[in-house]
Amino acid sequence: MADLFEFIELTELRKLLDTKKVSSTELTKFFLQRIKDLDKDYNAYVTVTEQEALKDAKAADDYIASPGENPFLCGIPYASKDLFCTKGIRTTASSKILDNYLPPHDATVTKKLKEHKSVLLGKTNLDEFAHGSSTETSAYGPSKNPWDNSRIPGGSSGGSTAAVAAGLAPWATATETGGSIRQPASLCGLSGWKPTYGRVSRYGIIAMGSSLDSPGAVANSVEDLAHLAEIMSGQDVKDSTTGPVPVPAYSKQLSADMRGVKIGVPKEYFVEGMEDGVKQRVMEAIEEYRKMGARIQEVSLPNTKYGSLVYAIVCPSEVASNLMRYDGIRYGHSTKEGGSLLETYEKSRAEGFGDEAKRRILTGTYVLSAGYYDAYYKKAQKVRSLIINEFQEVFKRVDILACPSSPNVAIKLGGAKDNPLFGYIADQLNIPGSLAGLPALSIPCGFARPSDGDTPSMDGLPVGLQIIGPQWGEQQVFNAGYAYQQATDWHKKHPTV
Amino acid sequence: MKEFSSSTEYKPVIGFEIHVQLATKSKMFSPAPNDPDEKEPNTNIDEIVTGQPGTLPVANKEAIRLSALVGLALNCTIDEFSKFDRKHYFYPDLPKGYQISQYDQPISRDGYLDININGKIKRIGITRAHLEEDAGKNVHPEGLPYSLVDYNRAGAPLLEIVTEPDIESAEEGRIFLQELRNIIRYLGASDADMEKGTMRCEPNISVRKPGEKGLPKYKVEVKNINSFKFAEAAINYEIERHIEMLQKGETPRQVTMGWNEKDSCTVEQRSKEDAQDYRYMPEPDLPILQFTKEYLDKLRAEMPELPAQKRRRFSEEYGLPASDVENLLNWKELAFYFESVISEMDEWMAQEKGLDRNHLVKQAVNWCLGDFSALLNQKLINPQDSQISPENFAELLKLIQQGKISGSAAKQVFKVMFEKGGDPSNIVDDLGLHQVSDESSISSAIDKIISDNPKAAADYKAGQQKSFGFLVGQAMKELKGKGNPQVINELLKKKLN
Repeated sequence: MADLFEFIELTELRKLLDTKKVSSTELTKFFLQRIKDLDKDYNAYVTVTEQEALKDAKAADDYIASPGENPFLCGIPYASKDLFCTKGIRTTASSKILDNYLPPHDATVTKKLKEHKSVLLGKTNLDEFAHGSSTETSAYGPSKNPWDNSRIPGGSSGGSTAAVAAGLAPWATATETGGSIRQPASLCGLSGWKPTYGRVSRYGIIAMGSSLDSPGAVANSVEDLAHLAEIMSGQDVKDSTTGPVPVPAYSKQLSADMRGVKIGVPKEYFVEGMEDGVKQRVMEAIEEYRKMGARIQEVSLPNTKYGSLVYAIVCPSEVASNLMRYDGIRYGHSTKEGGSLLETYEKSRAEGFGDEAKRRILTGTYVLSAGYYDAYYKKAQKVRSLIINEFQEVFKRVDILACPSSPNVAIKLGGAKDNPLFGYIADQLNIPGSLAGLPALSIPCGFARPSDGDTPSMDGLPVGLQIIGPQWGEQQVFNAGYAYQQATDWHKKHPTV
Repeated sequence: MKEFSSSTEYKPVIGFEIHVQLATKSKMFSPAPNDPDEKEPNTNIDEIVTGQPGTLPVANKEAIRLSALVGLALNCTIDEFSKFDRKHYFYPDLPKGYQISQYDQPISRDGYLDININGKIKRIGITRAHLEEDAGKNVHPEGLPYSLVDYNRAGAPLLEIVTEPDIESAEEGRIFLQELRNIIRYLGASDADMEKGTMRCEPNISVRKPGEKGLPKYKVEVKNINSFKFAEAAINYEIERHIEMLQKGETPRQVTMGWNEKDSCTVEQRSKEDAQDYRYMPEPDLPILQFTKEYLDKLRAEMPELPAQKRRRFSEEYGLPASDVENLLNWKELAFYFESVISEMDEWMAQEKGLDRNHLVKQAVNWCLGDFSALLNQKLINPQDSQISPENFAELLKLIQQGKISGSAAKQVFKVMFEKGGDPSNIVDDLGLHQVSDESSISSAIDKIISDNPKAAADYKAGQQKSFGFLVGQAMKELKGKGNPQVINELLKKKLN
């Protein structure tokens, strides 16, 4: 049975389950076994929920055995980024401060997946509280890239992308604040969907930057993502920032016809320091679209350069605020050393948070301080409006934008430390779209050799093409990704694990 | 203590911060129950109230409606847009490490309330009224080395009303608070009970030196006040304290004091000099509030009669003395009940001739504020919860005016009605309390006692007044105590003269 299911697309799994060629229990056992055998090399999972998974798989099998249609995800295993609260199941945000936290509630997305009778395999690793782009700030050690496990899988959703890329789950939930889905999907050679802000409920997902956080997914194809988007999206009474916008039947409306579609190529997104191989693969992908009949035009988004700066103020402000609740009083890590109330706060937080979280708390606290608020936060919000307007203008002229998801292929573990701006250069490509709350995809578009030493991976390392759409424009984005995957088979390449 | 006359040149400057716990079913940002009477700790809680990771606030529409209603009643401007902000600080009773409040765009601003100070109208400015969530309560068990936290109150909707420093005496302060409480009660926005803590007031007090212009350079806030009486006492105590210091050339320190009920004095709680930086930021989890013209027009149309209008109407329509009007107004339920009695009485007036409306209204007020209030207070219930229907109440008053029962019999009947309910004429029948008013029965009884007591009759004729009393007593005895004393008096005089 080995090598049968590990890289199979969800649409295929659905058919196999519906035709009883495989049971949910068999599938679940298959993935649990692979996790047992292989995850020591990738550290994709923080928690594996074997008992619950087998129980849920049995329930799904019973449901499938009963007459009637099965929900799309019924009986299909998945992995959840450990930022999604799962009722009664340990949820850590990869932070020591939540090491043994058992949420009394499910995230809305978790609940929807439960209602679909999905089978949760476990919780995947991430940068602590999603602060990072490599998983190296995790309190549980970094995850590793299945294409070359001396390299990062990207982040913060690196545990999710490592799990799917290594065939340890057929798909996984992920979240973005500023590139945390697109970049790791790109580095691991997967299809990743970052939704429009407000398309998917944030309820029950541990907050990072509340005005930016967008829960999405990583999978093996855009068609799978279109199915997942249909299920995960929608207005939620528990999240007032979700929009009253109907959810289209994305998967049914998928169209590979690119004739006449206007694709903008923003010149500012081909940044200084970008790897040549990455640039070449992305230009080749854009050429592929031209062949399909799309109209390619260069566009300019001059405010792009301010994106990272705005993000560097808005995000830590929201982070510092959102992390206030981890005080050692009601749940999570509480110091054993005792002392006064103030000492309890100080020690619990000093012991519980990692360095990156502390850095962001300090930055955020500083920029929100009396006298600095207007100079930093308020000004940043104004620039943010300019960036939003700039995108709105460009989307009057083009349907979608195409650019790289990351300026480089996966770098070596620890490599980011030598280059503290690693995150910020990459951010240029992802942050402006995050600030504007736009939907985007990263899809595999070939391989390139890394610039920081070689890799044992024969073809080199995966390169990701980014497609950005206008607000609520998921369908356009999915169509473009789907068209590309109908014409190419980069998304069918998998690492040898 | 210095003579008061010398301190009259010192002018108190007083403003209030008032917190009103709104009477909504659920909390400000979560579906957990909002019940100020809940005694069992930590029962009105859920994952949102306790600030679990990933949970999000959803604003309570009813709390917003009530706040806008209070704002309109206080003649405030309600801007089209309002927003929530986060106010950050650490304290165990504050689950998220920030309180969701309103910083620079409160729901209501720049209003006023006219109060009646001994017949003169005084206008008190309302600076603003904003919505926020309450904190929980820290509990310190005596003799134990730890504290406990009760989150029942956490997240309860609070309307904070801030006045201009327009109040110049403790009495004005009390009258303002009473008027405000009545408005809030008439709007159904809260039971605004100072003892229960659903209305809390914090006066800010300073005293202007003789000749001083503008606001004094200091102010003292007093907390822990749970009745109007204490508010008045605390303000007077502070005024005296400040004047004494100012006379010595000292300036009171800018501090927060607490009212000590036991010793009738204020005690310093904390210095205001180490003011905290709350790092306000706009709440990213909640959309901006919009008050449309249609919404506000609808609220204006729904606005019930407010105490000031009722005060004018009660005095003009019923000619009631000011003290009776105030006593009725201060008990909203009784004021409403009183009017139901009047309208039932008007029904009787339409059916039966010869009734004196002015007298009946006066009787209705007297009974409402007298026997009825006393009985209600004994049972701690509201008029609507008593056994007496306004219809029966009105009928009893009619029976008294028609002379069908005596005043003392009426008191007896009223008690029975209060305990068991029922029609007063039936109760009069059952208890045999009919008053004999017909002249022929009384006339024959008088004839009998005059012939039985010739000496007394002769004494009266000879000028001995006390014989008259004796004869009345004999006649009443003859009539088994049910004779109408007025008729007996009249006939006896006629017959003896």
